[in-house]
Amino acid sequence: MVRFQNVGMRYGPGPEVLRDVSFELGTGSFHFLAGPSGAGKTSLLKLLYLALRPSRGLISMFGQDVSTASRAALPMLRRRIGVVFQDFRLLDHLSALDNVALPLRIAGADEKRTREHVVELLTWVGLGDRLEARPATLSGGEKQRVAIARAVIARPSLLLADEPTGNVDPEMAQRLMYLFVELNKLGTAVVLATHDTHLLEQFRFPVMRLRAGTLSIDRNAA
Amino acid sequence: MSRPRKKAVSDLQLEVDKSARFLPWALAVMVFLAALALSGALALDGTIEGWRRGVSSKLTVQIADRPGQPMQPRLQAAAEILRGVPGIAEVQIVERSAVEALLQPWLGSAALQSDLPLPGMIDVTLQDNAALSVDAVNAQLQTAVPGARIDDPKPWLDRLVQLGRLLQSLGGSIVLLVGMAAAAMVIFATRAGLSARRDTIELLHLIGAEDGYIARQFQRHVAAQALRGGILGAGLAAALLIGIQLLAGGIGTGLLPGLQLLWWHWLLLPLLPLAAAGLAIVTARWTVLGELRAML
Repeated sequence: MVRFQNVGMRYGPGPEVLRDVSFELGTGSFHFLAGPSGAGKTSLLKLLYLALRPSRGLISMFGQDVSTASRAALPMLRRRIGVVFQDFRLLDHLSALDNVALPLRIAGADEKRTREHVVELLTWVGLGDRLEARPATLSGGEKQRVAIARAVIARPSLLLADEPTGNVDPEMAQRLMYLFVELNKLGTAVVLATHDTHLLEQFRFPVMRLRAGTLSIDRNAA
Repeated sequence: MSRPRKKAVSDLQLEVDKSARFLPWALAVMVFLAALALSGALALDGTIEGWRRGVSSKLTVQIADRPGQPMQPRLQAAAEILRGVPGIAEVQIVERSAVEALLQPWLGSAALQSDLPLPGMIDVTLQDNAALSVDAVNAQLQTAVPGARIDDPKPWLDRLVQLGRLLQSLGGSIVLLVGMAAAAMVIFATRAGLSARRDTIELLHLIGAEDGYIARQFQRHVAAQALRGGILGAGLAAALLIGIQLLAGGIGTGLLPGLQLLWWHWLLLPLLPLAAAGLAIVTARWTVLGELRAML
């Protein structure tokens, strides 16, 4: 579903932040992405959610060569990707409900069904009573749950999450992890960037480790 | 418990943009100016048509007063000759009282009561598309009635028609220029709106929004602004034009006959806000799509 082949990434004339990165993500796979700060995690995620094009190498997503795909082809690819940004990137002037509904509205979904789905999902993540709340009035953990709900509302084929459990209490972290695992069971490939070693130990999914721009895959078996 | 109805909020929150608040007012001024220029150009139509008809269908014959020669028989003789000329539809001797009425504003009634020598005048109406040689008829008249001559208004009416057409093109050019200025303002406001929302637009792109989705929000926003401004501008222009029409009343009907707005000219006024909205929509779309092409 996703294939990176000898991908290199540099910003302008600077040094390469990713070097010869090669891996494949199959349908229904689950990977953690780990590595120290500055190792290139964010750049790799940006390549995965199509915010950047690689400086070299080949990236194929959903059967399309992303390095050469036209701008017009990108929206349809992006609609199959859900992203939980580390800084959430919620729209401050929209309610939690409207923020979560965005991907469906952009895709032109039926408004009544959109609302039903959004209410159901927000209730599931414990925000059923905060539907109309603006992000400014939400706590860090609540914002994170809204961001996660927005990322998964359209049932993406690929879910990318940058520290999605960083701001919530352990109980909610578990609950969110189960949400990711459930989605994964339904066929969504998940890449979850985290520093949380407990998570890596508890959920024995393979770990993509980045060190100074180079990637290695750790099976993370018990 | 019923919840108050929520006002629809766009993803880009264009409705709170402070930098674009000037747009409806500026567009109101633009539509106001365009409405005046357009109305002027259209109102001239009737006047020009009157002049043009005058060029092709009217002649005046003047017979100079000569001491010892009574005017009436000379007028009759000239009229007789004119009636025999092919291409002339009607010959009408202008009564002395009518000539006096024409001159009274300039000379006053006292001068006219004395035995002021006045020229005799004959109004000649030509048939439609008559091919008449003014010079030949002039020669014929002067032989039979010395002192008679055809006053051919064609040369100066021709120039008046040209002047009218020039004024009309000027009005058209003003409408065009105002339209270009309005488009430039929409471009400016749209670019400012885009650059203030780069992060949001990038997010919408990452969620899968096409450029058209973002452009449509700008289109809706500027269309509403242009409509509001346009209605205000066209309304003010209409009020001013009605005022002018009422005040002017009879003034100018002598020199500028037919200078007035016809019913269908008035119908164009409410179309101006729609035209402004259309222009704003096309311009905003073109600007947004152009700018977004530079983003990934």
